[in-house]
Amino acid sequence: MRKADLVIIGGGPAGMAAALSAREQGIEDILILERDSSLGGILQQCIHNGFGLHTFGEELTGPEYAWRYEKEVIDKKIPVLLNTMVLSVDESKVITASNSEDGVFQIEAKAIILAMGCRERPRGALNIAGTRPSGIYSAGMAQKLVNMKGYMPGREVVILGSGDIGLIMARRMTFEGARVHAVCELMPYSGGLARNIEQCLNDFDIPLKLSHTVVEIHGKERLEGVTIAKVDENRRPIPETREYIPCDTLLLSVGLIPENELTAGAGIELSRITNGATVDENRQTEIEGIFACGNVLHVHDLVDFVSSEAEIAGRGAAAYIKGEAEKSDRVINISTDGRVRYTVPQRIAGQGDVDVYFRVADVYRDATIKVSDGERVILQKKKLKLAPGEMECVKLPADKLCGVENLRFSIEF
Amino acid sequence: MKHFDVAVIGAGVVGGLIARELSRYNLNICILEAQNDVAMGATRANSGIVHAGFDAEVGSFKARFNVAGSKMMKRVTDELGVKYKNNGSLVVGFSDADRKHIEKLVARGIENGVEGVRLIEADELRAIEPNISDSAVCALYAPTGAIVCPYELCIASIGNAMDNGASLKCDFKVEKIEKSDEKYVIYSKNEHISADFVVNAAGIYADEIAKMVGDESFTVRARKGDYILLDRECGTMANCTIFRCPNEMGKGILVSPTVDGNLLLGPTSVNIDDKGDKSTYADGLSKIMATASENLRVGLPFGKSITSFCGLRAYGNTGDFIIRPACERFINVAGIESPGLSSAPAIAIYVAELLESEGLRLEKKEDFNPIREPKHAFREGSIVEKNEYIRRDASYGRIICRCESISEGEILDAIRSNPPARDLDGVKRRCRAGMGRCQGGFCAPYVMELIARENGVDFASVTKCGGESAIVFSKTKGAQE
Repeated sequence: MRKADLVIIGGGPAGMAAALSAREQGIEDILILERDSSLGGILQQCIHNGFGLHTFGEELTGPEYAWRYEKEVIDKKIPVLLNTMVLSVDESKVITASNSEDGVFQIEAKAIILAMGCRERPRGALNIAGTRPSGIYSAGMAQKLVNMKGYMPGREVVILGSGDIGLIMARRMTFEGARVHAVCELMPYSGGLARNIEQCLNDFDIPLKLSHTVVEIHGKERLEGVTIAKVDENRRPIPETREYIPCDTLLLSVGLIPENELTAGAGIELSRITNGATVDENRQTEIEGIFACGNVLHVHDLVDFVSSEAEIAGRGAAAYIKGEAEKSDRVINISTDGRVRYTVPQRIAGQGDVDVYFRVADVYRDATIKVSDGERVILQKKKLKLAPGEMECVKLPADKLCGVENLRFSIEF
Repeated sequence: MKHFDVAVIGAGVVGGLIARELSRYNLNICILEAQNDVAMGATRANSGIVHAGFDAEVGSFKARFNVAGSKMMKRVTDELGVKYKNNGSLVVGFSDADRKHIEKLVARGIENGVEGVRLIEADELRAIEPNISDSAVCALYAPTGAIVCPYELCIASIGNAMDNGASLKCDFKVEKIEKSDEKYVIYSKNEHISADFVVNAAGIYADEIAKMVGDESFTVRARKGDYILLDRECGTMANCTIFRCPNEMGKGILVSPTVDGNLLLGPTSVNIDDKGDKSTYADGLSKIMATASENLRVGLPFGKSITSFCGLRAYGNTGDFIIRPACERFINVAGIESPGLSSAPAIAIYVAELLESEGLRLEKKEDFNPIREPKHAFREGSIVEKNEYIRRDASYGRIICRCESISEGEILDAIRSNPPARDLDGVKRRCRAGMGRCQGGFCAPYVMELIARENGVDFASVTKCGGESAIVFSKTKGAQE
């Protein structure tokens, strides 16, 4: 069977950054497996700018950001197999993959980095009543049609979901001459970045209808309209508020789900909150030698955080391959109070400083982030505003973690 | 004007199996279908169950053909290379009243000739179905119950009929039929064909077709059934097809695994007037979520829904299947609601007999080939078997549909084999590309490219399901340069 030191599944920003980081640590025998015909992942279709403010101090477009990494992958001659789909990963780190040249083949890896990204929740998952005409797309699919294929998916648009992809597509479709009638958001707040609300909706007078959802779809063969309604505090539609909007296109930006079929197939348990694996500070999953980073681990807002997370995973995998992985007896498990929805990492295995990333469950103002070990408060940080759509980070210095057994992240007022 | 020996109106699973049965003989057969593809009516939106046959009234066509069809189904699905799973059926009882009802069903089943049907007690029920509700006290167990994929069966039967010489005309909505002593002339808006014999298997429109030759002896109404389909992760939550005790509107909301590994919940049962209304109703979907959960002791994870859809049963007004001549050389096959799928192979044989007694000469074809290559063989093959395919055709190595692991080779086969797929839904029904958890979000543009390339048409002209169901409208400003 073919062997490799490090196999990276996914050649998007996470996979590429992880590969470069592992190479920097001296790992030569790396292979990136990518299902698409080029590297770059989802960034290829994100032609808007705003990427790289943290990483490069510049506002790049998606393809520009991706190219910064792809160029290095090429220059450093890191092996890549394109048009190659991984079919399964098993717990003994054997990967089964397929492409037209090699057919179905297997590779036994010393370490694996999972970087498969995420997919969008489709219409079917929402069980919206009505017909099933054409004209209903996930925002990302519409983005692919517009930006990669050069086709307009429709002219009169309604968008469900104010996540970043929905907001970006509201602007994109408007630029191409479509009319976006409304962006409906189920929650009483938007899930997208504040700057996107300004630059994609407000700048174009596109109404944002918070606490609204689509309750019925109309149209025999092609979409003809949607019925929207306001929702109550339990997110149930209020029948008296039903309103019909004629349109030919409905874009859905209703949730990203980490693409963890391969992860689950390897026997790795997925967190019900992140839908990704649980990891330690090196981004190692519960299986030694299998690491995860990027959107497959938890959905990110900024690709810059994806890149830095992937670098951690690359370093972790390199240390593991070289047999230099820190051997530590203790594992600190991190729990959350519910206001903090989740943390990554979910556990700390080593002795060094740790950056812990987390998301909150709701919008909180004038709040204090508290990190405690039982009664003892390790760290406190005040924040004016915390929102579900903006990932946060807390830096935990090693000396503060001495003798700690359990950490709890909570939000207090 | 083209002339045929037999015209079969309706390319559903019933029309399809009839056409396939007739293609055993030296006959020129034409299948006429109003929609843009086969399997577009009730065939593609039903529970996919091969019923054991205990439900239908003793002595009815439903009972006779259900039991006969159910016995034939394994051989038919083997020959046509489509999936079949003998998973067994349960009718679950929660009370003494239910028990009495179940005892009646068992007796009826035995009288109908169903093998192995019996009442089982709670302990045996739990051994067969560990997730069954704690409140269940007994059940009818029918070991001969099975599941198939109904549109896969339909597509394969029509494909096999076509491979054996039959013709298929889609987008042929029958508007008028002229009857003369020698033949029938059948008109759509734009064309017409003639045939000596006609089989009316037109589903919810069968009464309208019959009326065209002066037969107004029955009516067909549409009875809507909504369904929810759960992710394949949920496919092992049930082993058998689980029913509750039925009522006058039908068999009730069931929970069943599918042959593709999903979990199917539904259907509701609502009479509707508009035969074109295929929308799901919000209250129907809510009803499914509430009722389906009652069968099991574990909660059904509706967050794992992949899709919901609606089918229209052809509900005839006679209480039984209507399979009889309307007039000379014209056979009605109407009111084929449940257990229509299960009965279809047996109905096909009966219809051939009826045609023969109407004067159709059935001369066996020397080179009739009942076998159709299984289209899912690649997916289920071992690595060695897969690489055999790929060696012969590299397109089998390129996976297009990530969620279901469907290769470019399988998609091309769907576009090329009889009956050829011409749109996204057609490809989806033939090879499952787009039926997974992302519902085509990733693979749809690639499938569109393949359809466009194979049919020599523009990317923009590829539709979801024919007609006005375009995916894209025009090029963007940048692409126009």
